[in-house]
Amino acid sequence: MPVTVKIPAQLRPAAGGASEATVEGATVGEALEALYSSHGELRARIAGDDGELRRFVNVFLAGEDIRFLEGLATPVPDDAELTILPAVAGG
Amino acid sequence: MPADALKCKECATTYALEARYVCERCFGPLEVAYAPLGSGADELKRRIQAGPQNLWRYADFLPLDSPPRAALPTGCTPLVRADRLAERLGLREVWVKNETANPTHSFKDRVVSVALARAVELGFGTIACASTGNLANAVAAHAAANGLPAYVFIPADLEAEKILATGAYGAEVVGVRGNYDDVNRLCTELSGEYDGWAFVNVNLRPYYAEGSKTLAYEIAEELGFELPDRVVAPVASGSLFTKVARGFREWIDAGLLAGELPAFNGAQAAGCSPVATAYAAGQDVCRPVKPDTIAKSLAIGNPADGPYAIELARATGGGVDAVTDDEIRAGVRLLAETTGIFTETAGGVTTATLAKLAERGDIDPGERVVVLITGDGLKTLDVVRGTFAVHDIAPRLADFEATVLEGVAA
Repeated sequence: MPVTVKIPAQLRPAAGGASEATVEGATVGEALEALYSSHGELRARIAGDDGELRRFVNVFLAGEDIRFLEGLATPVPDDAELTILPAVAGG
Repeated sequence: MPADALKCKECATTYALEARYVCERCFGPLEVAYAPLGSGADELKRRIQAGPQNLWRYADFLPLDSPPRAALPTGCTPLVRADRLAERLGLREVWVKNETANPTHSFKDRVVSVALARAVELGFGTIACASTGNLANAVAAHAAANGLPAYVFIPADLEAEKILATGAYGAEVVGVRGNYDDVNRLCTELSGEYDGWAFVNVNLRPYYAEGSKTLAYEIAEELGFELPDRVVAPVASGSLFTKVARGFREWIDAGLLAGELPAFNGAQAAGCSPVATAYAAGQDVCRPVKPDTIAKSLAIGNPADGPYAIELARATGGGVDAVTDDEIRAGVRLLAETTGIFTETAGGVTTATLAKLAERGDIDPGERVVVLITGDGLKTLDVVRGTFAVHDIAPRLADFEATVLEGVAA
Protein backbone atom coordinates (compact mmCIF):
# COMPACT_ATOMS: atom_id res chain seq x y z
CA MET A 1 0.00 0.00 0.00
CA PRO A 2 1.53 3.35 -0.96
CA VAL A 3 2.36 5.69 1.91
CA THR A 4 3.75 9.21 1.60
CA VAL A 5 6.50 10.01 4.10
CA LYS A 6 7.28 13.71 4.63
CA ILE A 7 10.94 14.27 5.39
CA PRO A 8 11.93 17.24 7.57
CA ALA A 9 14.45 19.80 6.34
CA GLN A 10 17.11 18.47 8.73
CA LEU A 11 17.03 14.99 7.17
CA ARG A 12 16.81 15.96 3.52
CA PRO A 13 20.60 15.94 2.97
CA ALA A 14 20.54 12.27 4.05
CA ALA A 15 17.68 11.56 1.63
CA GLY A 16 19.26 12.95 -1.52
CA GLY A 17 17.48 16.26 -0.96
CA ALA A 18 13.99 14.74 -1.17
CA SER A 19 11.25 16.41 0.89
CA GLU A 20 9.01 13.37 0.65
CA ALA A 21 9.09 9.75 -0.43
CA THR A 22 6.43 7.27 -1.48
CA VAL A 23 6.94 3.83 0.03
CA GLU A 24 5.00 0.60 0.54
CA GLY A 25 4.01 -0.68 3.97
CA ALA A 26 1.06 -1.92 5.99
CA THR A 27 2.32 -0.47 9.30
CA VAL A 28 4.35 2.58 10.33
CA GLY A 29 7.31 0.29 11.02
CA GLU A 30 7.10 -1.33 7.58
CA ALA A 31 6.82 2.03 5.87
CA LEU A 32 9.91 3.29 7.71
CA GLU A 33 11.82 0.09 6.80
CA ALA A 34 10.93 0.70 3.17
CA LEU A 35 12.16 4.29 3.54
CA TYR A 36 15.48 3.07 4.99
CA SER A 37 15.93 0.60 2.14
CA SER A 38 15.78 3.42 -0.39
CA HIS A 39 17.65 5.97 1.79
CA GLY A 40 20.03 3.92 3.96
CA GLU A 41 21.50 6.93 5.78
CA LEU A 42 18.14 7.70 7.37
CA ARG A 43 18.01 4.56 9.52
CA ALA A 44 20.65 5.65 12.02
CA ARG A 45 19.17 9.14 12.23
CA ILE A 46 15.64 8.00 13.00
CA ALA A 47 15.98 4.67 14.81
CA GLY A 48 18.13 3.64 17.75
CA ASP A 49 20.08 0.38 17.96
CA ASP A 50 16.94 -1.35 19.28
CA GLY A 51 14.95 -0.42 16.18
CA GLU A 52 12.63 1.89 18.13
CA LEU A 53 12.42 5.60 17.32
CA ARG A 54 15.15 7.73 18.88
CA ARG A 55 13.76 9.65 21.83
CA PHE A 56 13.78 13.04 20.09
CA VAL A 57 12.15 11.78 16.88
CA ASN A 58 8.38 12.17 16.49
CA VAL A 59 6.36 10.44 13.78
CA PHE A 60 2.82 11.56 13.03
CA LEU A 61 0.17 9.64 11.10
CA ALA A 62 -2.36 12.09 9.66
CA GLY A 63 -1.31 14.58 12.35
CA GLU A 64 -1.49 12.15 15.30
CA ASP A 65 1.67 11.17 17.22
CA ILE A 66 2.08 7.43 16.66
CA ARG A 67 2.84 7.03 20.38
CA PHE A 68 -0.87 7.76 20.94
CA LEU A 69 -1.65 4.97 18.48
CA GLU A 70 0.14 1.63 18.40
CA GLY A 71 3.65 2.96 17.83
CA LEU A 72 5.56 1.31 14.99
CA ALA A 73 2.86 -1.38 14.81
CA THR A 74 0.20 1.19 13.92
CA PRO A 75 -1.56 0.11 10.70
CA VAL A 76 -1.41 2.66 7.90
CA PRO A 77 -4.34 3.03 5.53
CA ASP A 78 -3.83 3.34 1.79
CA ASP A 79 -2.48 6.73 0.69
CA ALA A 80 -1.75 7.72 4.31
CA GLU A 81 0.72 10.49 5.10
CA LEU A 82 3.48 10.02 7.66
CA THR A 83 5.36 13.10 8.93
CA ILE A 84 8.73 12.85 10.65
CA LEU A 85 9.62 15.81 12.88
CA PRO A 86 12.13 16.56 15.61
CA ALA A 87 10.75 16.96 19.14
CA VAL A 88 10.80 20.59 20.15
CA ALA A 89 8.58 22.40 22.58
CA GLY A 90 8.25 25.34 24.91
CA GLY A 91 5.33 27.71 25.03
CA MET B 1 31.93 33.65 28.39
CA PRO B 2 31.91 33.79 24.60
CA ALA B 3 29.58 31.33 22.91
CA ASP B 4 31.61 29.19 20.55
CA ALA B 5 29.29 26.51 19.13
CA LEU B 6 25.95 24.80 19.19
CA LYS B 7 26.40 21.34 20.66
CA CYS B 8 24.10 18.32 20.63
CA LYS B 9 23.04 17.34 24.14
CA GLU B 10 22.82 13.69 23.07
CA CYS B 11 25.85 12.98 20.87
CA ALA B 12 28.00 16.14 21.33
CA THR B 13 28.25 16.93 17.61
CA THR B 14 29.00 20.64 17.23
CA TYR B 15 27.61 23.18 14.76
CA ALA B 16 28.20 26.86 13.98
CA LEU B 17 26.18 29.46 15.93
CA GLU B 18 23.37 29.65 13.37
CA ALA B 19 19.58 29.30 13.48
CA ARG B 20 19.65 25.57 14.05
CA TYR B 21 18.06 23.56 16.84
CA VAL B 22 18.30 19.87 16.11
CA CYS B 23 21.25 17.56 15.54
CA GLU B 24 21.33 16.23 12.00
CA ARG B 25 22.96 13.01 13.19
CA CYS B 26 20.64 11.95 16.02
CA PHE B 27 17.85 14.56 16.20
CA GLY B 28 18.97 15.48 19.74
CA PRO B 29 18.43 19.09 20.88
CA LEU B 30 21.24 21.60 20.41
CA GLU B 31 22.49 23.79 23.23
CA VAL B 32 24.88 26.74 23.23
CA ALA B 33 28.43 25.80 24.29
CA TYR B 34 30.81 28.45 25.61
CA ALA B 35 34.54 28.95 25.59
CA PRO B 36 36.16 29.20 29.03
CA LEU B 37 35.75 32.54 30.79
CA GLY B 38 38.67 34.90 30.42
CA SER B 39 37.93 36.72 33.69
CA GLY B 40 38.13 35.92 37.39
CA ALA B 41 35.14 36.01 39.76
CA ASP B 42 35.93 39.47 41.14
CA GLU B 43 36.10 41.04 37.71
CA LEU B 44 32.90 39.28 36.60
CA LYS B 45 31.09 40.49 39.69
CA ARG B 46 32.24 44.05 39.10
CA ARG B 47 31.00 43.94 35.50
CA ILE B 48 27.63 42.52 36.55
CA GLN B 49 27.15 45.12 39.27
CA ALA B 50 28.12 47.94 36.90
CA GLY B 51 25.64 46.69 34.28
CA PRO B 52 22.15 47.98 33.45
CA GLN B 53 19.10 47.20 35.62
CA ASN B 54 17.91 44.48 33.23
CA LEU B 55 19.00 41.07 32.02
CA TRP B 56 21.80 42.44 29.83
CA ARG B 57 23.83 42.88 33.03
CA TYR B 58 24.53 39.14 32.56
CA ALA B 59 25.76 39.55 28.96
CA ASP B 60 28.99 37.70 29.81
CA PHE B 61 26.87 34.55 30.13
CA LEU B 62 24.60 34.97 27.10
CA PRO B 63 25.13 33.87 23.46
CA LEU B 64 25.23 37.26 21.73
CA ASP B 65 27.99 38.94 19.76
CA SER B 66 27.25 42.13 21.68
CA PRO B 67 24.41 42.91 24.07
CA PRO B 68 21.82 45.18 22.46
CA ARG B 69 20.36 48.30 23.91
CA ALA B 70 17.17 47.11 25.62
CA ALA B 71 14.16 48.28 23.61
CA LEU B 72 11.84 46.76 26.22
CA PRO B 73 13.91 46.30 29.38
CA THR B 74 13.34 42.90 30.97
CA GLY B 75 14.40 41.20 34.16
CA CYS B 76 15.65 42.43 37.53
CA THR B 77 12.30 41.37 38.94
CA PRO B 78 11.83 41.34 42.73
CA LEU B 79 12.80 38.38 44.90
CA VAL B 80 10.36 38.75 47.77
CA ARG B 81 10.78 37.15 51.17
CA ALA B 82 7.42 35.49 51.84
CA ASP B 83 7.30 35.06 55.60
CA ARG B 84 3.52 34.74 55.83
CA LEU B 85 3.48 32.05 53.16
CA ALA B 86 6.31 30.24 54.96
CA GLU B 87 4.45 30.43 58.26
CA ARG B 88 1.29 28.99 56.73
CA LEU B 89 3.29 26.04 55.42
CA GLY B 90 5.43 25.49 58.52
CA LEU B 91 8.62 26.53 56.73
CA ARG B 92 11.24 29.04 57.81
CA GLU B 93 12.54 30.78 54.73
CA VAL B 94 10.59 31.05 51.48
CA TRP B 95 11.34 33.53 48.71
CA VAL B 96 9.12 34.29 45.74
CA LYS B 97 10.72 35.29 42.44
CA ASN B 98 8.02 37.56 41.06
CA GLU B 99 8.17 37.29 37.28
CA THR B 100 4.84 39.07 36.87
CA ALA B 101 6.96 42.24 37.10
CA ASN B 102 8.33 41.76 33.56
CA PRO B 103 7.09 43.96 30.67
CA THR B 104 4.48 41.43 29.49
CA HIS B 105 4.03 39.95 32.96
CA SER B 106 5.77 36.60 32.56
CA PHE B 107 9.27 35.11 32.43
CA LYS B 108 8.87 34.75 28.65
CA ASP B 109 10.21 38.29 28.24
CA ARG B 110 13.62 36.86 29.14
CA VAL B 111 13.75 34.12 26.53
CA VAL B 112 12.31 36.40 23.86
CA SER B 113 14.84 39.16 24.65
CA VAL B 114 17.72 36.79 23.99
CA ALA B 115 16.16 35.01 20.98
CA LEU B 116 15.13 38.24 19.30
CA ALA B 117 18.54 39.84 19.83
CA ARG B 118 20.20 36.79 18.28
CA ALA B 119 17.67 36.72 15.42
CA VAL B 120 18.59 40.32 14.59
CA GLU B 121 22.30 39.45 14.70
CA LEU B 122 21.63 36.59 12.28
CA GLY B 123 19.71 38.90 9.92
CA PHE B 124 16.15 37.63 10.36
CA GLY B 125 13.35 40.01 9.40
CA THR B 126 10.27 38.29 10.84
CA ILE B 127 9.74 36.98 14.37
CA ALA B 128 7.35 34.11 15.12
CA CYS B 129 6.51 31.56 17.78
CA ALA B 130 4.30 28.66 18.81
CA SER B 131 2.77 29.63 22.12
CA THR B 132 0.47 28.71 24.96
CA GLY B 133 -0.08 32.46 25.46
CA ASN B 134 2.65 34.07 27.53
CA LEU B 135 5.20 33.62 24.79
CA ALA B 136 2.75 35.10 22.29
CA ASN B 137 2.43 38.22 24.48
CA ALA B 138 6.19 38.55 24.79
CA VAL B 139 6.97 37.98 21.10
CA ALA B 140 4.32 40.49 20.03
CA ALA B 141 5.58 43.15 22.46
CA HIS B 142 9.30 42.74 21.85
CA ALA B 143 8.80 42.59 18.06
CA ALA B 144 6.84 45.85 18.29
CA ALA B 145 9.53 47.45 20.46
CA ASN B 146 12.15 46.47 17.89
CA GLY B 147 10.10 47.41 14.82
CA LEU B 148 9.83 43.86 13.45
CA PRO B 149 6.75 42.07 12.11
CA ALA B 150 5.52 39.15 14.23
CA TYR B 151 3.39 36.06 13.63
CA VAL B 152 2.22 34.21 16.70
CA PHE B 153 0.59 30.79 16.55
CA ILE B 154 -1.65 29.77 19.46
CA PRO B 155 -4.26 27.12 20.22
CA ALA B 156 -7.60 28.65 19.18
CA ASP B 157 -9.16 28.00 22.61
CA LEU B 158 -6.63 30.06 24.57
CA GLU B 159 -7.71 32.41 27.39
CA ALA B 160 -9.22 35.61 25.94
CA GLU B 161 -6.86 37.76 28.06
CA LYS B 162 -3.80 36.28 26.39
CA ILE B 163 -5.22 36.62 22.88
CA LEU B 164 -6.26 40.25 23.43
CA ALA B 165 -2.93 41.17 25.01
CA THR B 166 -1.12 39.79 21.96
CA GLY B 167 -3.21 41.39 19.22
CA ALA B 168 -2.91 44.74 20.97
CA TYR B 169 0.72 45.00 19.83
CA GLY B 170 -0.16 44.61 16.16
CA ALA B 171 1.10 41.07 15.75
CA GLU B 172 -0.60 38.67 13.34
CA VAL B 173 -2.38 36.23 15.64
CA VAL B 174 -3.00 32.77 14.18
CA GLY B 175 -5.43 30.60 16.16
CA VAL B 176 -4.81 26.97 15.27
CA ARG B 177 -7.68 24.54 15.73
CA GLY B 178 -5.84 22.08 17.96
CA ASN B 179 -3.86 21.91 21.19
CA TYR B 180 -0.41 23.35 21.83
CA ASP B 181 1.31 20.22 20.56
CA ASP B 182 -0.54 20.61 17.25
CA VAL B 183 0.54 24.28 17.08
CA ASN B 184 4.09 23.27 17.84
CA ARG B 185 4.11 20.58 15.16
CA LEU B 186 2.81 23.07 12.59
CA CYS B 187 5.47 25.64 13.53
CA THR B 188 8.20 23.00 13.38
CA GLU B 189 7.09 22.25 9.81
CA LEU B 190 6.81 25.96 8.92
CA SER B 191 10.26 26.76 10.28
CA GLY B 192 11.71 24.24 7.82
CA GLU B 193 9.98 25.96 4.90
CA TYR B 194 10.30 29.71 5.66
CA ASP B 195 13.98 30.59 5.77
CA GLY B 196 13.60 34.23 6.74
CA TRP B 197 11.44 33.54 9.79
CA ALA B 198 12.84 33.30 13.28
CA PHE B 199 10.57 31.04 15.31
CA VAL B 200 11.98 31.96 18.70
CA ASN B 201 11.17 28.61 20.30
CA VAL B 202 11.86 26.43 17.27
CA ASN B 203 14.80 27.37 15.04
CA LEU B 204 16.12 29.95 17.56
CA ARG B 205 15.48 27.62 20.48
CA PRO B 206 19.10 27.18 21.65
CA TYR B 207 19.39 30.96 22.14
CA TYR B 208 15.86 31.37 23.47
CA ALA B 209 16.42 28.75 26.16
CA GLU B 210 19.55 30.53 27.40
CA GLY B 211 17.38 33.46 28.50
CA SER B 212 15.99 31.39 31.37
CA LYS B 213 19.44 31.20 32.96
CA THR B 214 19.10 34.86 33.91
CA LEU B 215 16.50 33.83 36.50
CA ALA B 216 19.19 31.89 38.34
CA TYR B 217 21.68 34.75 38.08
CA GLU B 218 19.17 37.22 39.50
CA ILE B 219 18.13 34.96 42.35
CA ALA B 220 21.77 34.43 43.31
CA GLU B 221 22.58 38.12 43.05
CA GLU B 222 19.47 39.10 45.05
CA LEU B 223 20.53 36.63 47.75
CA GLY B 224 23.90 38.37 47.98
CA PHE B 225 25.73 35.91 45.70
CA GLU B 226 24.48 32.90 47.61
CA LEU B 227 22.64 29.76 46.52
CA PRO B 228 19.19 28.74 47.74
CA ASP B 229 18.81 25.21 49.12
CA ARG B 230 15.80 24.37 47.00
CA VAL B 231 14.03 25.70 43.91
CA VAL B 232 10.40 24.93 43.12
CA ALA B 233 9.58 25.68 39.48
CA PRO B 234 6.90 24.82 36.95
CA VAL B 235 7.63 22.24 34.26
CA ALA B 236 6.00 22.47 30.83
CA SER B 237 8.63 21.59 28.22
CA GLY B 238 11.26 21.36 30.96
CA SER B 239 13.38 24.11 29.43
CA LEU B 240 13.05 26.74 32.20
CA PHE B 241 13.58 24.10 34.89
CA THR B 242 16.83 22.79 33.43
CA LYS B 243 18.20 26.16 32.37
CA VAL B 244 17.82 27.67 35.84
CA ALA B 245 20.01 24.83 37.09
CA ARG B 246 22.49 25.50 34.30
CA GLY B 247 22.63 29.15 35.37
CA PHE B 248 23.55 28.23 38.95
CA ARG B 249 26.07 25.65 37.69
CA GLU B 250 27.81 28.22 35.47
CA TRP B 251 28.18 30.64 38.37
CA ILE B 252 29.49 27.90 40.65
CA ASP B 253 32.04 27.00 37.97
CA ALA B 254 32.93 30.67 37.49
CA GLY B 255 33.64 31.05 41.21
CA LEU B 256 30.74 33.49 41.72
CA LEU B 257 28.88 31.05 43.98
CA ALA B 258 30.13 28.51 46.51
CA GLY B 259 28.34 25.24 47.17
CA GLU B 260 26.25 22.66 45.37
CA LEU B 261 23.23 22.93 43.08
CA PRO B 262 19.97 23.40 45.01
CA ALA B 263 17.41 20.60 45.07
CA PHE B 264 15.13 21.07 42.06
CA ASN B 265 11.43 20.34 42.45
CA GLY B 266 9.33 20.42 39.29
CA ALA B 267 5.64 21.29 39.37
CA GLN B 268 3.05 20.02 36.87
CA ALA B 269 -0.72 20.03 36.62
CA ALA B 270 -2.26 16.59 37.05
CA GLY B 271 -4.16 17.17 33.80
CA CYS B 272 -0.88 17.41 31.91
CA SER B 273 1.83 15.60 33.85
CA PRO B 274 3.96 13.52 31.47
CA VAL B 275 7.15 14.47 33.34
CA ALA B 276 5.77 13.83 36.86
CA THR B 277 4.32 10.52 35.68
CA ALA B 278 7.60 9.35 34.16
CA TYR B 279 9.48 10.52 37.27
CA ALA B 280 7.15 8.59 39.58
CA ALA B 281 7.49 5.47 37.42
CA GLY B 282 11.28 5.68 37.46
CA GLN B 283 11.43 6.18 33.69
CA ASP B 284 13.40 8.73 31.74
CA VAL B 285 11.24 8.87 28.61
CA CYS B 286 8.03 10.89 28.90
CA ARG B 287 5.02 9.32 27.26
CA PRO B 288 3.08 12.14 25.57
CA VAL B 289 -0.37 13.01 26.93
CA LYS B 290 -3.39 15.01 25.74
CA PRO B 291 -3.59 17.98 28.13
CA ASP B 292 -6.73 18.69 30.11
CA THR B 293 -6.00 21.32 32.76
CA ILE B 294 -6.78 24.92 33.71
CA ALA B 295 -3.02 25.54 33.69
CA LYS B 296 -2.93 26.17 29.95
CA SER B 297 0.48 27.80 29.98
CA LEU B 298 1.88 24.46 31.17
CA ALA B 299 -0.23 22.34 28.82
CA ILE B 300 2.55 20.77 26.79
CA GLY B 301 1.75 17.08 26.36
CA ASN B 302 4.99 16.20 24.60
CA PRO B 303 7.79 17.88 26.59
CA ALA B 304 11.04 17.96 24.62
CA ASP B 305 13.24 18.58 27.66
CA GLY B 306 11.36 16.14 29.90
CA PRO B 307 14.18 13.58 30.11
CA TYR B 308 16.62 16.28 31.21
CA ALA B 309 14.16 17.62 33.79
CA ILE B 310 13.87 14.15 35.31
CA GLU B 311 17.66 13.72 35.37
CA LEU B 312 18.02 17.07 37.17
CA ALA B 313 15.35 16.28 39.76
CA ARG B 314 17.00 12.94 40.55
CA ALA B 315 20.56 14.26 40.59
CA THR B 316 19.77 17.10 43.01
CA GLY B 317 17.53 15.24 45.46
CA GLY B 318 14.41 17.07 44.29
CA GLY B 319 11.46 15.56 42.44
CA VAL B 320 8.57 16.25 40.08
CA ASP B 321 5.02 16.43 41.44
CA ALA B 322 1.58 16.99 39.96
CA VAL B 323 -1.35 18.88 41.52
CA THR B 324 -5.06 18.89 40.66
CA ASP B 325 -7.02 21.81 39.24
CA ASP B 326 -8.61 22.41 42.67
CA GLU B 327 -5.18 22.46 44.28
CA ILE B 328 -4.06 24.92 41.58
CA ARG B 329 -6.96 27.28 42.41
CA ALA B 330 -6.11 27.00 46.11
CA GLY B 331 -2.46 27.70 45.27
CA VAL B 332 -3.36 30.90 43.41
CA ARG B 333 -5.39 31.99 46.42
CA LEU B 334 -2.75 31.04 48.98
CA LEU B 335 -0.04 33.02 47.21
CA ALA B 336 -2.28 36.06 46.74
CA GLU B 337 -3.47 36.07 50.37
CA THR B 338 -0.04 35.68 51.89
CA THR B 339 2.21 37.68 49.55
CA GLY B 340 0.07 40.14 47.61
CA ILE B 341 1.21 38.52 44.37
CA PHE B 342 -1.60 37.43 42.06
CA THR B 343 -0.35 34.67 39.80
CA GLU B 344 -1.79 32.89 36.82
CA THR B 345 -2.55 29.18 37.01
CA ALA B 346 1.08 28.18 36.41
CA GLY B 347 2.04 29.93 39.66
CA GLY B 348 -0.86 28.15 41.32
CA VAL B 349 0.71 24.87 40.21
CA THR B 350 4.04 25.92 41.71
CA THR B 351 2.58 27.20 44.97
CA ALA B 352 0.40 24.10 45.36
CA THR B 353 3.45 21.92 44.78
CA LEU B 354 5.38 23.84 47.44
CA ALA B 355 2.46 23.26 49.83
CA LYS B 356 2.42 19.57 48.98
CA LEU B 357 6.18 19.21 49.59
CA ALA B 358 5.86 21.03 52.92
CA GLU B 359 2.93 18.91 54.02
CA ARG B 360 4.73 15.71 53.06
CA GLY B 361 7.76 16.75 55.13
CA ASP B 362 10.06 16.80 52.09
CA ILE B 363 11.43 20.23 53.01
CA ASP B 364 13.73 20.60 55.99
CA PRO B 365 12.41 23.53 58.08
CA GLY B 366 15.84 25.17 57.96
CA GLU B 367 15.96 25.31 54.17
CA ARG B 368 16.01 28.45 52.09
CA VAL B 369 13.42 27.78 49.38
CA VAL B 370 12.86 29.83 46.22
CA VAL B 371 9.57 29.55 44.34
CA LEU B 372 9.38 30.74 40.73
CA ILE B 373 6.15 32.59 39.99
CA THR B 374 6.33 32.81 36.22
CA GLY B 375 3.15 34.67 35.18
CA ASP B 376 0.40 37.10 36.15
CA GLY B 377 -3.10 36.31 37.44
CA LEU B 378 -4.65 38.96 35.22
CA LYS B 379 -4.08 36.58 32.30
CA THR B 380 -6.20 33.74 33.72
CA LEU B 381 -8.99 35.60 35.49
CA ASP B 382 -11.53 32.84 34.97
CA VAL B 383 -10.02 30.72 37.73
CA VAL B 384 -10.92 33.24 40.43
CA ARG B 385 -14.35 34.08 39.03
CA GLY B 386 -17.02 32.98 41.49
CA THR B 387 -14.58 32.31 44.33
CA PHE B 388 -15.80 35.31 46.36
CA ALA B 389 -18.85 37.56 46.56
CA VAL B 390 -18.95 41.31 45.95
CA HIS B 391 -20.91 43.18 48.64
CA ASP B 392 -23.78 44.93 46.88
CA ILE B 393 -25.03 48.04 48.70
CA ALA B 394 -26.85 51.30 48.20
CA PRO B 395 -24.71 54.44 48.64
CA ARG B 396 -25.83 54.87 52.28
CA LEU B 397 -23.93 54.50 55.55
CA ALA B 398 -26.69 52.41 57.09
CA ASP B 399 -26.69 49.97 54.22
CA PHE B 400 -22.91 49.63 54.41
CA GLU B 401 -23.08 48.84 58.13
CA ALA B 402 -26.00 46.48 57.82
CA THR B 403 -24.85 44.64 54.72
CA VAL B 404 -21.06 44.70 54.89
CA LEU B 405 -19.89 45.10 58.51
CA GLU B 406 -22.51 42.83 60.03
CA GLY B 407 -21.97 40.32 57.20
CA VAL B 408 -18.19 40.22 57.74
CA ALA B 409 -18.64 39.97 61.51
CA ALA B 410 -21.14 37.12 61.18
